[in-house]
Amino acid sequence: MDLTTDYMGLRLRNPLIASASPLNSDIGKLRALEDYGAAAVVLPSIFEEQIVAERREFERRTEEVAASGFAEAQSYFPTYDSYGFEPERYLDIVRRAKEAVGIPVIASLNGITREGWTDYASALEQAGADAIELNIYFIPADLSMTGRDVEQRYLEILRLVKASVAIPVAAKIGPHFSAIGAMARALADEGANALVLFNRFYQPDIDIATLRLSMDLELSRPAEIRLPLLWIAILYGRVPAALAASTGVESADEVFKYLLAGADVVMTTSSLLRHGVSHMKTLLDGLWALLAARDIDSVEEVRGRMSQQRLRDPTAFERANYIQMLQGYRVPDAV
Amino acid sequence: MRPENAMPQTDTMDGNTAVAHVAYRVNEVCAIYPITPSSTMAELADEWSARGLTNIWGNIPIIQEMQSEGGAAGAVHGALQSGALTTTFTASQGLLLMLPNMFKIAGELTATVFHVAARALATQALSIFGDHSDVMAARTTGFALLSSASVQEAHDTALNAQASTLESRVPFLHFFDGFRTSHEVNKLILLSDAQIRAMVRQDLVRAHRDRALNPEHAFIRGTAHNPDTYFQARETVNPYYARVPAIVQANMDRFAALTGRAYKLFEYEGPPDAERVIVVMGSGAETARETAAFLRRSGERVGVLQVRLYRPFSAGHFLAALPDSCRAIAVLEQTKEPGSLGEPLYLDVVTTLAQAMASGKRAAMPRAIGGRYGLGSKNFNPAQAKAVFDELKRPHPKHGFTVGIEDDVSGTSLEVDPNFSIERDDVVRALFYGLGADGTVGANKNSVKIIAEDPAMYAQGYFVYDSHKSGAQTISHLRFGKQPIRSPYLVESANFVACHHESFLDRTDILGLAAEGGTFLLNTPFGPDSIWDHLPRSVQMQILNKNLRFFVIDASKVARDTGMGQRINTVLQTSFFAISGVLPREEAIGRIKHSIEKTYGKKGPDVVRKNFAAVDHTVAHLFEVKVPAAATSTFDRPPIVPANAPQFVREVTARMMCGLGDEIRVSQLPVDGTWPSGTTAFEKRNISDRIAVWEPDLCIQCGQCGFVCPHSVIRSKYFNEDRLDGMADGFRSAPVNSRGNPGVRFSLQVYLEDCTGCGLCVEACPANSPLEPGKKAINLANKAPILERERSNIAFFETLPVNDRARIDFANVRGVQFLEPLFEFPGACAGCGETPYLKLLSQLFGDRLQIANATGCSSIYGGNLPVTPWTKDAAGRGPAWSNSLFEDNAEFGLGFRLAADKHLEVAQALLRKLAPQVGEDLVHAILDAPQERESELRAQRARIVALKQKLLTMHDEAAQDLLSVADHLVRRSVWVVGGDGWAYDIGYGGLDHVLASARDVNVLVLDTEVYSNTGGQASKATPLGAVAKFAAAGKRVARKDLALQAIAYGNVYVAQVAMGANPQHTLLAFREADAYPGPSLILAYSHCIAHGFDLRFGMKQQGLAAASGYWPLFRFNPAMRRIGERPFRLDSPRPTIPLQRYAYNELRYRALVNTDPKAAEALLAQAQQVVTEKYRQYEELASRSGDSFHPAG
Repeated sequence: MDLTTDYMGLRLRNPLIASASPLNSDIGKLRALEDYGAAAVVLPSIFEEQIVAERREFERRTEEVAASGFAEAQSYFPTYDSYGFEPERYLDIVRRAKEAVGIPVIASLNGITREGWTDYASALEQAGADAIELNIYFIPADLSMTGRDVEQRYLEILRLVKASVAIPVAAKIGPHFSAIGAMARALADEGANALVLFNRFYQPDIDIATLRLSMDLELSRPAEIRLPLLWIAILYGRVPAALAASTGVESADEVFKYLLAGADVVMTTSSLLRHGVSHMKTLLDGLWALLAARDIDSVEEVRGRMSQQRLRDPTAFERANYIQMLQGYRVPDAV
Repeated sequence: MRPENAMPQTDTMDGNTAVAHVAYRVNEVCAIYPITPSSTMAELADEWSARGLTNIWGNIPIIQEMQSEGGAAGAVHGALQSGALTTTFTASQGLLLMLPNMFKIAGELTATVFHVAARALATQALSIFGDHSDVMAARTTGFALLSSASVQEAHDTALNAQASTLESRVPFLHFFDGFRTSHEVNKLILLSDAQIRAMVRQDLVRAHRDRALNPEHAFIRGTAHNPDTYFQARETVNPYYARVPAIVQANMDRFAALTGRAYKLFEYEGPPDAERVIVVMGSGAETARETAAFLRRSGERVGVLQVRLYRPFSAGHFLAALPDSCRAIAVLEQTKEPGSLGEPLYLDVVTTLAQAMASGKRAAMPRAIGGRYGLGSKNFNPAQAKAVFDELKRPHPKHGFTVGIEDDVSGTSLEVDPNFSIERDDVVRALFYGLGADGTVGANKNSVKIIAEDPAMYAQGYFVYDSHKSGAQTISHLRFGKQPIRSPYLVESANFVACHHESFLDRTDILGLAAEGGTFLLNTPFGPDSIWDHLPRSVQMQILNKNLRFFVIDASKVARDTGMGQRINTVLQTSFFAISGVLPREEAIGRIKHSIEKTYGKKGPDVVRKNFAAVDHTVAHLFEVKVPAAATSTFDRPPIVPANAPQFVREVTARMMCGLGDEIRVSQLPVDGTWPSGTTAFEKRNISDRIAVWEPDLCIQCGQCGFVCPHSVIRSKYFNEDRLDGMADGFRSAPVNSRGNPGVRFSLQVYLEDCTGCGLCVEACPANSPLEPGKKAINLANKAPILERERSNIAFFETLPVNDRARIDFANVRGVQFLEPLFEFPGACAGCGETPYLKLLSQLFGDRLQIANATGCSSIYGGNLPVTPWTKDAAGRGPAWSNSLFEDNAEFGLGFRLAADKHLEVAQALLRKLAPQVGEDLVHAILDAPQERESELRAQRARIVALKQKLLTMHDEAAQDLLSVADHLVRRSVWVVGGDGWAYDIGYGGLDHVLASARDVNVLVLDTEVYSNTGGQASKATPLGAVAKFAAAGKRVARKDLALQAIAYGNVYVAQVAMGANPQHTLLAFREADAYPGPSLILAYSHCIAHGFDLRFGMKQQGLAAASGYWPLFRFNPAMRRIGERPFRLDSPRPTIPLQRYAYNELRYRALVNTDPKAAEALLAQAQQVVTEKYRQYEELASRSGDSFHPAG
């Protein structure tokens, strides 16, 4: 059975990618993921704030706070010619990952402003990253910012990163655009080699005892598959960029669904965090079994079969579908 | 190694760096131990080694930290005996600890150089500052003593000493003035590696190795002699010493040929017909020379003879240097030898002259006097040098004089003309008043570098710090000019004065040293049009009288606007360059930017951009004030201390507080180092604009905030509500929330002028507002709006009675808040992790507490003048505190116990003897009294009062004797307090011995896991994987388990506590330790600025330390065995988080992740293993019954 997949020009042995998570900074885990069948790995995100801020924090600690101006102690830490910082460490992870595994290694860069960090992308390229996943994680809390402003910011950041590297760049975005389709196209036109749909935004909860925001991260659940599924199905074949599905993959069923909708690749983090890296094999075996049970010889055969483009009734993904769903909803007896 | 240039390379650096640069290159082994002011040399050696820098032979020297200077000297001795070129760096008490080995090293004719930043010795008080007391104490060791007077000279002499020791085989002590030279930043010509190589003869290096112990051609060294041969053998070395002066001079000459810088054993500068000559060693020689040159211009025939090689003292060279015309000599010494006919150099000089006279080598005997100057870094300036020259003119000049102080007790002091100054017009002199944390010193060091980079310019920087660890004021003394600057004294008249914090104008005479027509820069939020009316009247007068140009800048705003945050240093540095005229403005700004690029280039383009923006904005926001014609203000500087402060505080302490301590007369000071307690209460430093504010309505009165407050600024009292009658509404209180107390109110008062705004209290507060997010029962808020209100509230609060100790439940944190702290307002770092433990100690046992405090942070914030935090209650009782040394603290404390035990025994015997007169009932009540609970102690106190009253009516000897020891009948709580550097390293042998003594001594280790006071060097408590100075590559060995070692004795009470993890546990352990009748050891986790995180979260971090299992809480109480309980109790649960989650909040761990990620990863994994295994061991201990421990005895 042929599971090979092309993703932004990277030749993958199957469509399953371990997406950015803390697991992927552990070289041992990366090797295991490769052994369990992952076709590529996305390294954990390096954040713009880390690139810019860690140095500053370090300076503050060593120079300002520690240099208390006491006659006996004018500093509290050894000085070094150069401290490696989070960005340098990250480059080291990229290098070590490349040495450790044969599958493509995708570096993940997460930022929201226009300056001060985008040139870091070329350093990632030099460190050996096969591609960059640009995670533009931006909450437009500034109420004077229009939708157009937000879109422009995304495009500008992408442009800057694209300008500094030759390797493919995927744009990972959230679903909160007025016109996701137009935005997807604009990103593709700006040079995004792939769109990763979608990232999961920080959604704080409130701790009613302390009146503080609680910031724990909830892993995604299969029920969350539907929004990306919808948009992958809509975008399939209609934007000049590869499509990567992310969110809600728990079993091979979700992988299969995403492929049917039109995803080139399917990414998962939550299921690996929940079940361990060996779950990658479970997903892969499950996909194989699903395909085998249907006598399908390659993933190409299923990709996009349930996309809007391929369906006989393309409006099924649009309003009509919604009306039908609401009308067909049966109120449970107990309510 | 540095690439070698044909052109001499100049650089700016301090004396320590200049010396270390050479010492590192000409040695193979350095055995080190931190001590101020020499620590920097050892730190640099360690850093260079970690970085792979090589010596002149292309190998990386081994840098070995030892447990004490005694240990360092031992390791040096061993390495030398095994043939390695070996050195060490030290000062003061450290040098004293090296003396035994120095006698051995010299006795065995072993080539080495010890580099010493000369520092005062602890006598009536410790002093970290410079003089020659330490070096003079080493003059009988047999080491050659070679002195340097400046940064350049120290750099050069370090090499000459090395060359000379190899050639002569006599070991050398190379010394330079602590702080004045070790910390002065000056321009120097750097020795190239080729020059260094040329001076160090390889054949002598091999000869040194050939003398080493070697089993391949075996011999023994270090024998014991009998009366038959010891004496003769001692005399064998004489020829070696005889050759030293010629060897040193020859090396100096060789050095001169190589570098063009010539030195002499005795350097005379002056006319050949000089009549009066000052003989002096060290940096004072530069001052004396400058002064003599000035005086010669008005025709005075004066000269200066600088002594470089002091031991062996070469009479021949001395006589050859001293002009025959000299009629009067003053020998100036930076040491004191009480009871001697004169200080050591004086005796050498007089002996030399007398012998010359007697042998006919000199025709006349000059009049020779000796005197002391500059002890403990007392500034030695030209006016003082002139006073000495003037004294030599007198018919009967004073011998044994002092200069620089007013000695109204013994009349030794010389009169000094306060108006005499020789500051040169072609030198720009600048003074900067800043805060330790605002970067002023760093920026000024940078300015010195920038200016000195100009080949035509020279620059000097010297920095004066006050003794506080938080909110400390710094004064930078900078000079710039076109000639080399050889003025090792404070700026006396500044043509540029910058005040970086407007509040300084209220407590310091900032413009006192401003020169006529000079420039004054003030950082203030007020603009050029409004500032004038905000200046104290005396400042206005000074601006007018001195005709100063006056500039203002709102540096804080410029810094904020340009994204620099709190960092005002770039802004103020730019301001200095913009208006001081030291360099053309555009050129200066260009150079600042170049320097910014160099400094911050690696830190990313945005950091550079922000700094550039700050520079550009500065020029636009710097305004000259149009100075009005007259002073208009009606207010002036407020008094330093309240008018009702005790006389001593007003006349002595207050003057020290405002920088006028130099004017205090000898008669005003205590003769034996005894000072009054509790003087921090008069300081009111107001170092934080944000302070803790209490919310009575939200407060649950749990006492957590006061418990963790490091500065004792949060006080609680309960009182009857009728006390509030007539009180204004502003005083805050709430009904006490315990049951059964109707009509009783609770108040929590923040001493806001003493609050450092550290925020530990806010983080500790468990009470959240149900409606206002983030609001707690105690919060940080701006001080200014409530300052006046709270001042009167504090005054009222102090009229409320202190709660009766006998009615307070000591057993819980809530109760402790009502105990009066007898340790208050220490100048420790804001958010200090140590001081909450000391405050607790003072609350629990303060009125019967005697403390032996090891040198370190706790002795500095605990005992560094001008003010000290240990205080007393209304009855005059409080902690009796003393600091002996660093290394002897456990023994010192044991001495307290021995005396207390002896005097208790004497008192009891006398009581029994006097029972018929005193009354049997009272005697038996006293002798049989239980003294565990506070009520019992209180009853015993009452009995002792009654006893004393009776004794006062009796006139026999026994009664008088009993009176002198009766205080011991109240159980004394003896505590030995110190940091981990003391307990784990330098004082470990003594501590171990004291724990094994079975005496009732309580040991509290304030465990910051690092030498905090000297700037963060690794101790044996430093954890595996953490970075520290001396462990720049990460500590490779796990911390010592001192607790387990103590538990092994079986009879030692041992507790490991972390207040932030469980305050109740800490309280329990303190009380159990006090109650336990044998030795006790408490290891108290103390977060520290040297851990590298925001100390506001210090207590939370302590919680994580316990939660990760890194710092399990436990108690080992031998007394539990008697009641059949298990003696070891593990009081914190099994680890719930990985070590990383705790450790990586701190820079000390993260730094290694940054510098050597692979090592960091491996060390973290190892450290986690250690934690896991340790916890398993403790669990196993906790399961053991009492029988399976060593018997309690």
